Amino acid sequence: MISAIDRERAADLLRQFTDAGAQPVETEILQPAGTLLDLYGEDIRGRAFTTTDPLTGETMLRPDFTVPVVQAHMANGADPARYAYAGEVFRRQEIDEGRPREYLQVGYEVFDGSDPAAADAEVFDLIARAMAPWGALPATGDLGILIAAIEALTTSARRRAALRRHLWRPIRFRRLMERYTGAIPPTTTRSVMLAQLQTTAPETLIDAAGTPVGLRGTAEIAARALSLVEDAATPPINRTEAEVIAMILNMDGPMAAALSPLRDMAVDLPGLDGAVDRLEARADALSRRGHDPAQLSFAPARGRSAMEYYDGFTFTFAAPTRPDLPPLATGGRYDALTAVLGAGRSIPAVGGVIRPGLLGDIA
Amino acid sequence: MIRLGVPSKGRLMEKTFQWFGDRGLILSRTGSDREYAGKVEGADIALVLLSAGEVPRELAAGRIHLGVTGSDLVREKLTRWADRVEVVAKMGFGHADLILAVPKIWIDVDTLDDLDAAAAQFRATHGHRLRIATKYHRLVREFLQANGVADYQLVDSQGATEGTVLNHTAEVIADITSTGETLRANHLKVLSDGMIHDSQATLFRSRVAPLDDAQQATLDDLRGRLADVDRG
Repeated sequence: MISAIDRERAADLLRQFTDAGAQPVETEILQPAGTLLDLYGEDIRGRAFTTTDPLTGETMLRPDFTVPVVQAHMANGADPARYAYAGEVFRRQEIDEGRPREYLQVGYEVFDGSDPAAADAEVFDLIARAMAPWGALPATGDLGILIAAIEALTTSARRRAALRRHLWRPIRFRRLMERYTGAIPPTTTRSVMLAQLQTTAPETLIDAAGTPVGLRGTAEIAARALSLVEDAATPPINRTEAEVIAMILNMDGPMAAALSPLRDMAVDLPGLDGAVDRLEARADALSRRGHDPAQLSFAPARGRSAMEYYDGFTFTFAAPTRPDLPPLATGGRYDALTAVLGAGRSIPAVGGVIRPGLLGDIA
Repeated sequence: MIRLGVPSKGRLMEKTFQWFGDRGLILSRTGSDREYAGKVEGADIALVLLSAGEVPRELAAGRIHLGVTGSDLVREKLTRWADRVEVVAKMGFGHADLILAVPKIWIDVDTLDDLDAAAAQFRATHGHRLRIATKYHRLVREFLQANGVADYQLVDSQGATEGTVLNHTAEVIADITSTGETLRANHLKVLSDGMIHDSQATLFRSRVAPLDDAQQATLDDLRGRLADVDRG
Protein backbone atom coordinates (compact mmCIF):
# COMPACT_ATOMS: atom_id res chain seq x y z
CA MET A 1 0.00 0.00 0.00
CA ILE A 2 1.11 3.58 -0.60
CA SER A 3 1.64 5.23 2.79
CA ALA A 4 1.00 8.84 3.74
CA ILE A 5 4.75 9.26 4.23
CA ASP A 6 5.36 8.02 0.66
CA ARG A 7 2.94 10.65 -0.58
CA GLU A 8 4.71 13.36 1.41
CA ARG A 9 8.06 12.27 0.00
CA ALA A 10 6.58 12.26 -3.51
CA ALA A 11 5.20 15.77 -3.04
CA ASP A 12 8.59 16.96 -1.78
CA LEU A 13 10.42 15.44 -4.77
CA LEU A 14 7.86 16.88 -7.16
CA ARG A 15 8.47 20.30 -5.63
CA GLN A 16 12.21 19.91 -6.22
CA PHE A 17 11.51 19.19 -9.88
CA THR A 18 9.07 22.06 -10.38
CA ASP A 19 11.48 24.39 -8.54
CA ALA A 20 14.04 23.38 -11.18
CA GLY A 21 11.69 24.77 -13.80
CA ALA A 22 9.53 21.81 -14.80
CA GLN A 23 5.88 22.22 -15.62
CA PRO A 24 3.67 19.84 -13.58
CA VAL A 25 1.69 17.42 -15.73
CA GLU A 26 -1.15 15.00 -14.97
CA THR A 27 -2.02 11.89 -16.94
CA GLU A 28 -4.92 9.45 -16.77
CA ILE A 29 -4.55 6.25 -14.80
CA LEU A 30 -6.67 4.33 -17.32
CA GLN A 31 -4.65 4.16 -20.52
CA PRO A 32 -5.84 2.73 -23.86
CA ALA A 33 -4.17 -0.67 -24.18
CA GLY A 34 -3.65 -0.41 -27.94
CA THR A 35 -0.82 2.13 -27.84
CA LEU A 36 1.03 0.30 -25.09
CA LEU A 37 0.65 -3.03 -26.87
CA ASP A 38 1.83 -1.61 -30.17
CA LEU A 39 4.86 -0.16 -28.45
CA TYR A 40 5.87 -2.87 -26.02
CA GLY A 41 4.23 -5.92 -27.60
CA GLU A 42 2.47 -8.71 -25.70
CA ASP A 43 5.22 -8.70 -23.06
CA ILE A 44 3.49 -5.69 -21.47
CA ARG A 45 0.57 -7.97 -20.55
CA GLY A 46 2.86 -9.73 -18.11
CA ARG A 47 3.61 -6.39 -16.44
CA ALA A 48 0.42 -4.32 -16.65
CA PHE A 49 -3.10 -4.83 -15.34
CA THR A 50 -5.57 -5.03 -18.17
CA THR A 51 -9.24 -4.23 -17.84
CA THR A 52 -12.10 -3.63 -20.22
CA ASP A 53 -13.96 -0.42 -20.80
CA PRO A 54 -17.42 -1.16 -22.21
CA LEU A 55 -17.17 1.79 -24.63
CA THR A 56 -13.52 2.13 -25.58
CA GLY A 57 -12.36 -1.46 -25.24
CA GLU A 58 -9.21 -2.82 -23.67
CA THR A 59 -7.61 -0.55 -21.11
CA MET A 60 -4.53 -0.75 -18.91
CA LEU A 61 -3.82 0.71 -15.51
CA ARG A 62 -0.89 3.09 -16.15
CA PRO A 63 2.26 0.91 -16.02
CA ASP A 64 4.48 4.00 -16.30
CA PHE A 65 4.32 7.67 -17.24
CA THR A 66 6.52 7.69 -20.31
CA VAL A 67 3.87 7.07 -22.93
CA PRO A 68 1.15 9.44 -21.62
CA VAL A 69 3.66 12.23 -20.94
CA VAL A 70 5.12 11.95 -24.44
CA GLN A 71 1.59 11.95 -25.86
CA ALA A 72 0.62 15.01 -23.82
CA HIS A 73 3.76 16.77 -25.02
CA MET A 74 3.05 15.96 -28.65
CA ALA A 75 -0.57 17.05 -28.37
CA ASN A 76 0.04 20.49 -26.91
CA GLY A 77 3.65 20.88 -25.86
CA ALA A 78 5.92 23.83 -26.36
CA ASP A 79 9.41 23.09 -27.60
CA PRO A 80 11.63 22.90 -25.62
CA ALA A 81 9.68 21.63 -22.60
CA ARG A 82 10.35 20.23 -19.14
CA TYR A 83 7.73 18.25 -17.23
CA ALA A 84 7.41 16.84 -13.75
CA TYR A 85 4.81 14.43 -12.43
CA ALA A 86 4.00 12.29 -9.42
CA GLY A 87 1.46 9.51 -9.22
CA GLU A 88 0.64 5.83 -9.00
CA VAL A 89 1.81 3.21 -11.43
CA PHE A 90 0.48 -0.35 -11.43
CA ARG A 91 2.48 -3.50 -12.12
CA ARG A 92 1.43 -7.11 -12.22
CA GLN A 93 3.73 -9.33 -10.18
CA GLU A 94 3.67 -12.86 -11.54
CA ILE A 95 6.95 -14.01 -10.03
CA ASP A 96 7.61 -12.22 -6.76
CA GLU A 97 4.56 -11.80 -4.53
CA GLY A 98 6.55 -9.52 -2.24
CA ARG A 99 6.86 -6.76 -4.84
CA PRO A 100 4.26 -3.99 -4.76
CA ARG A 101 1.49 -3.92 -7.36
CA GLU A 102 0.94 -0.19 -6.99
CA TYR A 103 3.53 2.38 -6.09
CA LEU A 104 4.41 6.01 -6.67
CA GLN A 105 6.73 7.38 -9.31
CA VAL A 106 8.02 10.93 -9.40
CA GLY A 107 9.53 11.90 -12.72
CA TYR A 108 11.24 14.63 -14.67
CA GLU A 109 11.30 14.64 -18.49
CA VAL A 110 13.14 16.99 -20.81
CA PHE A 111 12.13 17.47 -24.45
CA ASP A 112 14.95 19.62 -25.79
CA GLY A 113 17.08 18.74 -28.79
CA SER A 114 19.37 21.79 -28.67
CA ASP A 115 22.14 20.20 -26.60
CA PRO A 116 21.58 16.49 -25.84
CA ALA A 117 24.69 16.15 -23.66
CA ALA A 118 23.60 19.08 -21.50
CA ALA A 119 20.04 17.69 -21.23
CA ASP A 120 21.39 14.25 -20.21
CA ALA A 121 23.56 15.87 -17.53
CA GLU A 122 20.69 18.08 -16.36
CA VAL A 123 18.37 15.12 -15.71
CA PHE A 124 21.12 13.04 -14.08
CA ASP A 125 22.17 15.94 -11.87
CA LEU A 126 18.64 16.73 -10.73
CA ILE A 127 17.94 13.12 -9.77
CA ALA A 128 21.39 12.78 -8.16
CA ARG A 129 20.72 15.80 -5.95
CA ALA A 130 17.29 14.48 -4.99
CA MET A 131 18.87 11.11 -4.11
CA ALA A 132 21.81 12.57 -2.19
CA PRO A 133 20.18 12.28 1.29
CA TRP A 134 19.89 8.50 0.77
CA GLY A 135 23.49 7.96 -0.33
CA ALA A 136 22.25 6.22 -3.50
CA LEU A 137 24.90 4.73 -5.78
CA PRO A 138 24.80 5.97 -9.39
CA ALA A 139 25.64 3.81 -12.42
CA THR A 140 25.43 4.87 -16.06
CA GLY A 141 25.25 3.39 -19.53
CA ASP A 142 24.94 4.43 -23.17
CA LEU A 143 23.00 2.30 -25.62
CA GLY A 144 23.96 4.76 -28.36
CA ILE A 145 27.40 3.08 -28.40
CA LEU A 146 25.88 -0.32 -29.18
CA ILE A 147 23.54 1.16 -31.80
CA ALA A 148 26.43 2.94 -33.52
CA ALA A 149 28.45 -0.28 -33.51
CA ILE A 150 25.56 -2.17 -35.14
CA GLU A 151 25.16 0.53 -37.79
CA ALA A 152 28.91 0.33 -38.51
CA LEU A 153 29.00 -3.44 -39.09
CA THR A 154 30.25 -4.48 -42.54
CA THR A 155 27.23 -6.58 -43.48
CA SER A 156 23.86 -6.32 -45.20
CA ALA A 157 21.37 -3.59 -44.29
CA ARG A 158 18.87 -6.35 -43.50
CA ARG A 159 21.16 -7.89 -40.87
CA ARG A 160 21.89 -4.52 -39.33
CA ALA A 161 18.14 -3.77 -39.14
CA ALA A 162 17.44 -7.16 -37.51
CA LEU A 163 20.13 -6.57 -34.85
CA ARG A 164 18.88 -3.05 -34.26
CA ARG A 165 15.31 -4.34 -33.83
CA HIS A 166 16.44 -6.77 -31.13
CA LEU A 167 18.72 -4.38 -29.28
CA TRP A 168 16.42 -4.67 -26.24
CA ARG A 169 16.04 -8.47 -26.39
CA PRO A 170 19.44 -9.88 -25.43
CA ILE A 171 18.48 -13.52 -26.10
CA ARG A 172 17.48 -12.94 -29.70
CA PHE A 173 20.30 -10.47 -30.28
CA ARG A 174 22.80 -13.14 -29.27
CA ARG A 175 21.13 -15.73 -31.48
CA LEU A 176 21.22 -13.37 -34.45
CA MET A 177 24.92 -12.66 -33.85
CA GLU A 178 25.61 -16.41 -33.70
CA ARG A 179 23.84 -16.87 -37.01
CA TYR A 180 25.44 -13.89 -38.72
CA THR A 181 28.96 -14.86 -37.61
CA GLY A 182 28.41 -18.42 -38.85
CA ALA A 183 28.67 -19.91 -35.34
CA ILE A 184 25.42 -21.82 -35.84
CA PRO A 185 24.88 -23.43 -39.24
CA PRO A 186 21.45 -23.42 -40.95
CA THR A 187 19.11 -26.32 -40.14
CA THR A 188 18.76 -29.22 -42.56
CA THR A 189 15.26 -28.09 -43.49
CA ARG A 190 16.64 -24.65 -44.33
CA SER A 191 19.56 -26.05 -46.36
CA VAL A 192 17.17 -28.20 -48.40
CA MET A 193 14.92 -25.21 -49.10
CA LEU A 194 17.84 -23.00 -50.08
CA ALA A 195 19.08 -25.70 -52.47
CA GLN A 196 15.62 -26.00 -54.04
CA LEU A 197 15.46 -22.25 -54.52
CA GLN A 198 18.63 -22.40 -56.64
CA THR A 199 16.64 -24.09 -59.40
CA THR A 200 12.99 -23.41 -58.61
CA ALA A 201 10.99 -20.20 -58.22
CA PRO A 202 9.66 -19.66 -54.67
CA GLU A 203 6.09 -19.39 -56.00
CA THR A 204 6.39 -22.92 -57.40
CA LEU A 205 7.62 -24.26 -54.05
CA ILE A 206 4.83 -22.41 -52.22
CA ASP A 207 2.24 -23.92 -54.61
CA ALA A 208 3.65 -27.37 -54.01
CA ALA A 209 3.72 -26.94 -50.22
CA GLY A 210 -0.05 -27.01 -49.79
CA THR A 211 -3.34 -25.22 -49.90
CA PRO A 212 -2.98 -21.47 -49.41
CA VAL A 213 -4.53 -20.33 -46.13
CA GLY A 214 -4.26 -17.14 -44.12
CA LEU A 215 -3.57 -13.50 -44.65
CA ARG A 216 0.15 -13.79 -45.33
CA GLY A 217 0.19 -14.11 -49.08
CA THR A 218 2.39 -15.83 -51.65
CA ALA A 219 4.17 -12.58 -52.53
CA GLU A 220 5.22 -12.03 -48.90
CA ILE A 221 6.39 -15.61 -48.47
CA ALA A 222 8.31 -15.49 -51.75
CA ALA A 223 9.94 -12.18 -50.85
CA ARG A 224 11.19 -13.51 -47.54
CA ALA A 225 12.34 -16.79 -49.15
CA LEU A 226 14.44 -14.80 -51.61
CA SER A 227 15.81 -12.67 -48.78
CA LEU A 228 16.92 -15.91 -47.10
CA VAL A 229 18.77 -16.91 -50.28
CA GLU A 230 20.42 -13.50 -50.31
CA ASP A 231 21.30 -13.78 -46.63
CA ALA A 232 22.82 -17.24 -47.14
CA ALA A 233 25.14 -15.69 -49.74
CA THR A 234 26.13 -12.84 -47.39
CA PRO A 235 29.59 -13.39 -45.89
CA PRO A 236 29.69 -13.84 -42.12
CA ILE A 237 30.32 -10.79 -39.94
CA ASN A 238 34.08 -10.88 -39.41
CA ARG A 239 35.58 -11.81 -36.09
CA THR A 240 37.13 -8.40 -35.35
CA GLU A 241 33.81 -6.62 -35.72
CA ALA A 242 31.95 -9.29 -33.73
CA GLU A 243 34.53 -8.93 -30.97
CA VAL A 244 33.92 -5.19 -30.81
CA ILE A 245 30.22 -5.87 -30.24
CA ALA A 246 31.08 -8.42 -27.52
CA MET A 247 33.50 -5.99 -25.85
CA ILE A 248 30.89 -3.24 -25.80
CA LEU A 249 28.35 -5.64 -24.24
CA ASN A 250 30.82 -6.68 -21.52
CA MET A 251 32.50 -3.35 -20.82
CA ASP A 252 32.09 -2.13 -17.20
CA GLY A 253 34.25 0.46 -15.43
CA PRO A 254 34.58 4.18 -14.78
CA MET A 255 33.12 6.42 -17.51
CA ALA A 256 36.36 8.34 -18.03
CA ALA A 257 38.30 5.09 -18.52
CA ALA A 258 35.89 3.91 -21.25
CA LEU A 259 36.76 6.63 -23.74
CA SER A 260 40.22 5.43 -24.72
CA PRO A 261 39.32 1.74 -25.36
CA LEU A 262 36.21 2.87 -27.29
CA ARG A 263 38.45 5.08 -29.48
CA ASP A 264 40.62 2.00 -30.11
CA MET A 265 37.52 0.02 -31.10
CA ALA A 266 36.56 2.78 -33.50
CA VAL A 267 39.74 1.92 -35.45
CA ASP A 268 38.28 -1.54 -36.14
CA LEU A 269 34.76 -0.21 -36.53
CA PRO A 270 34.85 3.27 -38.08
CA GLY A 271 31.47 4.86 -37.49
CA LEU A 272 31.75 4.34 -33.75
CA ASP A 273 33.50 7.69 -33.39
CA GLY A 274 30.34 9.80 -33.48
CA ALA A 275 28.85 7.90 -30.54
CA VAL A 276 32.13 8.13 -28.58
CA ASP A 277 32.14 11.90 -29.25
CA ARG A 278 28.65 12.08 -27.75
CA LEU A 279 29.76 10.07 -24.72
CA GLU A 280 32.72 12.41 -24.26
CA ALA A 281 30.52 15.50 -24.54
CA ARG A 282 28.19 13.99 -21.91
CA ALA A 283 31.12 13.20 -19.61
CA ASP A 284 32.22 16.84 -19.91
CA ALA A 285 28.69 18.09 -19.22
CA LEU A 286 28.44 15.83 -16.14
CA SER A 287 31.84 17.04 -14.99
CA ARG A 288 30.71 20.67 -15.27
CA ARG A 289 27.82 19.82 -12.94
CA GLY A 290 30.21 18.32 -10.43
CA HIS A 291 29.92 14.60 -11.28
CA ASP A 292 33.40 13.22 -11.80
CA PRO A 293 33.49 10.85 -14.84
CA ALA A 294 36.49 9.12 -13.29
CA GLN A 295 34.25 8.04 -10.39
CA LEU A 296 31.02 7.30 -12.30
CA SER A 297 30.36 3.61 -13.00
CA PHE A 298 29.74 3.06 -16.71
CA ALA A 299 28.64 -0.01 -18.72
CA PRO A 300 27.46 0.79 -22.27
CA ALA A 301 24.79 -1.95 -22.27
CA ARG A 302 23.25 -0.90 -18.91
CA GLY A 303 19.50 -0.44 -19.15
CA ARG A 304 19.27 -2.63 -22.24
CA SER A 305 16.61 -4.98 -20.93
CA ALA A 306 14.71 -2.38 -18.90
CA MET A 307 11.83 -2.47 -21.43
CA GLU A 308 11.92 1.33 -21.61
CA TYR A 309 13.50 1.29 -25.08
CA TYR A 310 16.37 3.57 -24.09
CA ASP A 311 18.65 4.32 -27.02
CA GLY A 312 21.27 6.63 -25.53
CA PHE A 313 22.33 7.65 -22.04
CA THR A 314 20.94 5.47 -19.21
CA PHE A 315 21.37 5.62 -15.45
CA THR A 316 20.27 3.95 -12.23
CA PHE A 317 20.59 4.84 -8.55
CA ALA A 318 20.85 1.81 -6.27
CA ALA A 319 20.20 1.54 -2.53
CA PRO A 320 23.64 1.40 -0.90
CA THR A 321 22.79 -1.22 1.75
CA ARG A 322 19.95 -3.07 0.05
CA PRO A 323 21.11 -4.86 -3.11
CA ASP A 324 17.85 -6.85 -3.00
CA LEU A 325 15.76 -3.77 -3.82
CA PRO A 326 15.08 -2.59 -7.37
CA PRO A 327 16.87 0.68 -8.29
CA LEU A 328 15.60 3.68 -6.31
CA ALA A 329 15.71 5.78 -9.47
CA THR A 330 16.19 5.04 -13.16
CA GLY A 331 16.29 7.07 -16.34
CA GLY A 332 17.64 7.58 -19.79
CA ARG A 333 17.24 8.91 -23.29
CA TYR A 334 14.42 7.51 -25.43
CA ASP A 335 14.48 9.31 -28.78
CA ALA A 336 13.48 6.11 -30.65
CA LEU A 337 10.33 5.70 -28.57
CA THR A 338 9.15 9.25 -29.23
CA ALA A 339 9.81 8.67 -32.94
CA VAL A 340 7.41 5.68 -32.86
CA LEU A 341 4.78 7.56 -30.84
CA GLY A 342 5.23 10.67 -32.97
CA ALA A 343 4.46 8.71 -36.17
CA GLY A 344 7.69 9.82 -37.80
CA ARG A 345 8.03 13.10 -35.93
CA SER A 346 11.12 12.65 -33.77
CA ILE A 347 11.36 14.43 -30.42
CA PRO A 348 14.64 14.15 -28.51
CA ALA A 349 13.69 13.12 -24.96
CA VAL A 350 15.47 12.23 -21.76
CA GLY A 351 14.02 11.70 -18.31
CA GLY A 352 14.15 9.87 -15.04
CA VAL A 353 11.88 8.57 -12.27
CA ILE A 354 12.28 8.07 -8.54
CA ARG A 355 10.31 5.54 -6.48
CA PRO A 356 9.56 7.28 -3.17
CA GLY A 357 8.15 4.05 -1.71
CA LEU A 358 11.58 2.44 -1.81
CA LEU A 359 13.13 5.38 0.01
CA GLY A 360 10.97 4.48 3.00
CA ASP A 361 12.40 0.95 2.94
CA ILE A 362 15.97 2.21 3.36
CA ALA A 363 15.29 5.22 5.60
CA MET B 1 -10.90 -37.80 4.90
CA ILE B 2 -8.95 -36.13 2.10
CA ARG B 3 -10.55 -34.71 -1.00
CA LEU B 4 -9.50 -35.89 -4.46
CA GLY B 5 -10.62 -33.91 -7.52
CA VAL B 6 -10.88 -35.84 -10.79
CA PRO B 7 -12.25 -34.97 -14.24
CA SER B 8 -15.96 -35.54 -14.30
CA LYS B 9 -16.41 -37.04 -17.74
CA GLY B 10 -14.96 -38.58 -20.86
CA ARG B 11 -11.83 -40.52 -21.54
CA LEU B 12 -9.81 -38.56 -18.99
CA MET B 13 -12.21 -39.69 -16.25
CA GLU B 14 -12.19 -43.32 -17.39
CA LYS B 15 -8.40 -43.42 -17.62
CA THR B 16 -8.11 -41.81 -14.21
CA PHE B 17 -10.45 -44.38 -12.65
CA GLN B 18 -8.45 -47.15 -14.32
CA TRP B 19 -5.12 -45.68 -13.15
CA PHE B 20 -6.28 -45.59 -9.53
CA GLY B 21 -7.86 -49.04 -9.94
CA ASP B 22 -4.48 -50.46 -10.95
CA ARG B 23 -3.20 -49.06 -7.64
CA GLY B 24 -5.91 -50.63 -5.49
CA LEU B 25 -8.31 -47.70 -5.22
CA ILE B 26 -11.72 -48.25 -6.74
CA LEU B 27 -13.16 -44.96 -7.97
CA SER B 28 -16.71 -44.85 -9.28
CA ARG B 29 -19.52 -42.50 -10.02
CA THR B 30 -22.64 -42.92 -8.00
CA GLY B 31 -26.26 -42.16 -8.74
CA SER B 32 -27.43 -41.49 -12.27
CA ASP B 33 -25.18 -40.81 -15.26
CA ARG B 34 -26.03 -37.14 -15.02
CA GLU B 35 -25.30 -36.73 -11.33
CA TYR B 36 -21.77 -35.57 -10.53
CA ALA B 37 -21.23 -37.65 -7.43
CA GLY B 38 -18.68 -40.38 -6.81
CA LYS B 39 -16.99 -42.50 -4.22
CA VAL B 40 -13.67 -44.16 -3.43
CA GLU B 41 -13.35 -47.66 -2.04
CA GLY B 42 -10.17 -48.70 -0.31
CA ALA B 43 -9.17 -45.44 1.35
CA ASP B 44 -10.62 -42.59 3.38
CA ILE B 45 -10.89 -40.35 0.35
CA ALA B 46 -13.81 -38.26 -0.89
CA LEU B 47 -14.21 -38.07 -4.65
CA VAL B 48 -14.90 -34.61 -6.09
CA LEU B 49 -15.93 -34.63 -9.73
CA LEU B 50 -14.88 -31.46 -11.55
CA SER B 51 -14.13 -30.14 -14.98
CA ALA B 52 -10.40 -30.66 -15.64
CA GLY B 53 -10.10 -26.90 -16.14
CA GLU B 54 -11.32 -26.21 -12.59
CA VAL B 55 -8.93 -28.59 -10.86
CA PRO B 56 -5.95 -26.13 -10.81
CA ARG B 57 -8.05 -23.42 -9.18
CA GLU B 58 -9.45 -25.79 -6.55
CA LEU B 59 -5.95 -27.06 -5.72
CA ALA B 60 -4.58 -23.52 -5.42
CA ALA B 61 -7.47 -22.55 -3.14
CA GLY B 62 -6.86 -25.62 -0.98
CA ARG B 63 -10.44 -26.86 -1.41
CA ILE B 64 -9.14 -30.23 -2.61
CA HIS B 65 -6.00 -31.99 -1.35
CA LEU B 66 -5.31 -33.94 -4.51
CA GLY B 67 -6.36 -33.38 -8.09
CA VAL B 68 -5.96 -34.95 -11.51
CA THR B 69 -5.64 -32.66 -14.52
CA GLY B 70 -3.37 -31.89 -17.46
CA SER B 71 0.00 -30.37 -16.60
CA ASP B 72 -0.69 -27.74 -19.30
CA LEU B 73 -3.75 -26.48 -17.38
CA VAL B 74 -1.83 -26.12 -14.12
CA ARG B 75 0.97 -24.15 -15.81
CA GLU B 76 -1.46 -21.94 -17.69
CA LYS B 77 -3.80 -21.16 -14.83
CA LEU B 78 -1.48 -20.95 -11.81
CA THR B 79 1.30 -18.39 -11.48
CA ARG B 80 4.33 -19.91 -9.76
CA TRP B 81 2.56 -23.23 -10.00
CA ALA B 82 5.41 -25.18 -8.41
CA ASP B 83 5.03 -23.20 -5.18
CA ARG B 84 1.34 -23.96 -4.99
CA VAL B 85 1.07 -27.59 -6.07
CA GLU B 86 3.36 -30.60 -6.01
CA VAL B 87 3.54 -33.25 -8.72
CA VAL B 88 2.69 -36.56 -7.02
CA ALA B 89 2.67 -38.70 -10.15
CA LYS B 90 2.79 -38.29 -13.90
CA MET B 91 0.04 -40.67 -14.95
CA GLY B 92 1.23 -41.62 -18.41
CA PHE B 93 -1.92 -40.84 -20.38
CA GLY B 94 -3.67 -37.80 -21.81
CA HIS B 95 -0.50 -36.89 -23.68
CA ALA B 96 -0.79 -33.69 -25.67
CA ASP B 97 1.76 -31.22 -26.96
CA LEU B 98 1.22 -27.48 -26.87
CA ILE B 99 2.81 -26.39 -30.13
CA LEU B 100 3.11 -23.45 -32.48
CA ALA B 101 1.86 -24.10 -36.00
CA VAL B 102 1.96 -22.01 -39.18
CA PRO B 103 0.50 -22.53 -42.66
CA LYS B 104 2.29 -25.24 -44.66
CA ILE B 105 2.78 -22.82 -47.51
CA TRP B 106 5.12 -20.74 -45.32
CA ILE B 107 8.19 -22.35 -46.88
CA ASP B 108 10.35 -19.63 -45.33
CA VAL B 109 9.30 -20.42 -41.75
CA ASP B 110 10.68 -23.44 -39.93
CA THR B 111 11.97 -22.09 -36.59
CA LEU B 112 11.24 -19.40 -34.00
CA ASP B 113 13.96 -17.28 -35.67
CA ASP B 114 11.88 -17.40 -38.84
CA LEU B 115 8.62 -16.73 -37.01
CA ASP B 116 10.11 -13.60 -35.46
CA ALA B 117 11.44 -12.34 -38.81
CA ALA B 118 8.13 -13.14 -40.53
CA ALA B 119 6.30 -11.24 -37.77
CA ALA B 120 8.42 -8.14 -38.41
CA GLN B 121 7.76 -8.40 -42.15
CA PHE B 122 4.05 -9.02 -41.57
CA ARG B 123 3.69 -5.98 -39.33
CA ALA B 124 5.49 -3.78 -41.85
CA THR B 125 3.25 -5.09 -44.65
CA HIS B 126 -0.14 -5.22 -42.95
CA GLY B 127 0.16 -2.52 -40.29
CA HIS B 128 -0.77 -4.80 -37.41
CA ARG B 129 1.05 -7.41 -35.43
CA LEU B 130 1.05 -11.08 -36.48
CA ARG B 131 -1.88 -12.76 -34.73
CA ILE B 132 -1.42 -16.00 -32.81
CA ALA B 133 -4.67 -17.73 -31.81
CA THR B 134 -4.62 -19.64 -28.56
CA LYS B 135 -6.33 -20.27 -25.26
CA TYR B 136 -2.97 -20.75 -23.50
CA HIS B 137 -2.12 -17.07 -23.17
CA ARG B 138 0.36 -17.25 -20.33
CA LEU B 139 2.27 -20.29 -21.55
CA VAL B 140 2.57 -18.92 -25.08
CA ARG B 141 3.54 -15.42 -24.00
CA GLU B 142 6.18 -16.65 -21.58
CA PHE B 143 7.59 -19.03 -24.20
CA LEU B 144 7.83 -16.35 -26.88
CA GLN B 145 9.24 -13.82 -24.42
CA ALA B 146 11.90 -16.29 -23.27
CA ASN B 147 12.82 -16.79 -26.92
CA GLY B 148 12.83 -13.09 -27.77
CA VAL B 149 10.06 -13.21 -30.38
CA ALA B 150 8.46 -9.80 -31.04
CA ASP B 151 5.76 -8.17 -33.16
CA TYR B 152 3.04 -10.73 -32.50
CA GLN B 153 -0.28 -10.47 -30.71
CA LEU B 154 -2.27 -13.15 -28.99
CA VAL B 155 -5.91 -13.50 -29.96
CA ASP B 156 -8.19 -15.58 -27.80
CA SER B 157 -9.54 -18.79 -29.26
CA GLN B 158 -11.44 -21.18 -27.00
CA GLY B 159 -12.18 -23.78 -29.65
CA ALA B 160 -11.64 -24.80 -33.30
CA THR B 161 -8.36 -22.93 -33.08
CA GLU B 162 -6.94 -24.66 -36.16
CA GLY B 163 -9.65 -23.00 -38.23
CA THR B 164 -8.69 -19.43 -37.31
CA VAL B 165 -6.01 -19.23 -40.00
CA LEU B 166 -8.44 -20.33 -42.70
CA ASN B 167 -10.95 -17.79 -41.41
CA HIS B 168 -8.40 -14.95 -41.38
CA THR B 169 -8.74 -14.25 -37.68
CA ALA B 170 -5.13 -15.36 -37.03
CA GLU B 171 -1.94 -16.14 -38.93
CA VAL B 172 -0.46 -18.67 -36.49
CA ILE B 173 -1.92 -20.95 -33.83
CA ALA B 174 -0.67 -22.25 -30.49
CA ASP B 175 -2.73 -25.24 -29.46
CA ILE B 176 -2.76 -28.72 -28.00
CA THR B 177 -2.28 -31.54 -30.45
CA SER B 178 -2.03 -35.24 -29.82
CA THR B 179 -1.74 -36.65 -33.32
CA GLY B 180 -1.40 -33.67 -35.63
CA GLU B 181 -4.25 -34.83 -37.89
CA THR B 182 -6.38 -31.74 -37.35
CA LEU B 183 -3.36 -29.56 -38.08
CA ARG B 184 -2.72 -31.33 -41.36
CA ALA B 185 -6.38 -31.15 -42.33
CA ASN B 186 -6.23 -27.38 -41.80
CA HIS B 187 -3.05 -27.00 -43.89
CA LEU B 188 -0.79 -26.21 -40.94
CA LYS B 189 2.66 -27.45 -39.89
CA VAL B 190 4.45 -27.42 -36.54
CA LEU B 191 7.54 -25.24 -36.07
CA SER B 192 10.61 -27.43 -35.56
CA ASP B 193 11.45 -25.69 -32.27
CA GLY B 194 7.86 -24.71 -31.48
CA MET B 195 7.15 -27.20 -28.67
CA ILE B 196 5.90 -25.07 -25.79
CA HIS B 197 4.95 -27.82 -23.36
CA ASP B 198 4.44 -31.60 -23.55
CA SER B 199 1.45 -32.17 -21.35
CA GLN B 200 0.10 -35.31 -19.69
CA ALA B 201 -2.47 -36.17 -17.04
CA THR B 202 -0.84 -35.61 -13.67
CA LEU B 203 -1.80 -36.18 -10.04
CA PHE B 204 -1.09 -32.98 -8.12
CA ARG B 205 -1.12 -32.26 -4.40
CA SER B 206 -2.14 -28.86 -3.10
CA ARG B 207 0.62 -27.25 -1.02
CA VAL B 208 -1.91 -24.97 0.70
CA ALA B 209 -4.67 -27.42 1.78
CA PRO B 210 -4.13 -28.12 5.50
CA LEU B 211 -3.83 -31.74 6.61
CA ASP B 212 -4.65 -33.10 10.08
CA ASP B 213 -2.94 -36.25 11.36
CA ALA B 214 -5.57 -38.61 9.97
CA GLN B 215 -5.48 -36.92 6.58
CA GLN B 216 -1.69 -37.02 6.56
CA ALA B 217 -1.82 -40.76 7.29
CA THR B 218 -4.26 -41.29 4.40
CA LEU B 219 -1.97 -39.35 2.09
CA ASP B 220 1.14 -41.27 3.23
CA ASP B 221 -0.69 -44.54 2.68
CA LEU B 222 -1.70 -43.45 -0.82
CA ARG B 223 1.86 -42.42 -1.65
CA GLY B 224 3.02 -45.86 -0.48
CA ARG B 225 0.57 -47.60 -2.78
CA LEU B 226 1.60 -45.51 -5.74
CA ALA B 227 5.27 -46.21 -5.08
CA ASP B 228 4.62 -49.96 -4.79
CA VAL B 229 2.92 -50.14 -8.16
CA ASP B 230 5.39 -47.89 -9.91
CA ARG B 231 8.26 -50.00 -8.61
CA GLY B 232 6.48 -52.83 -10.41
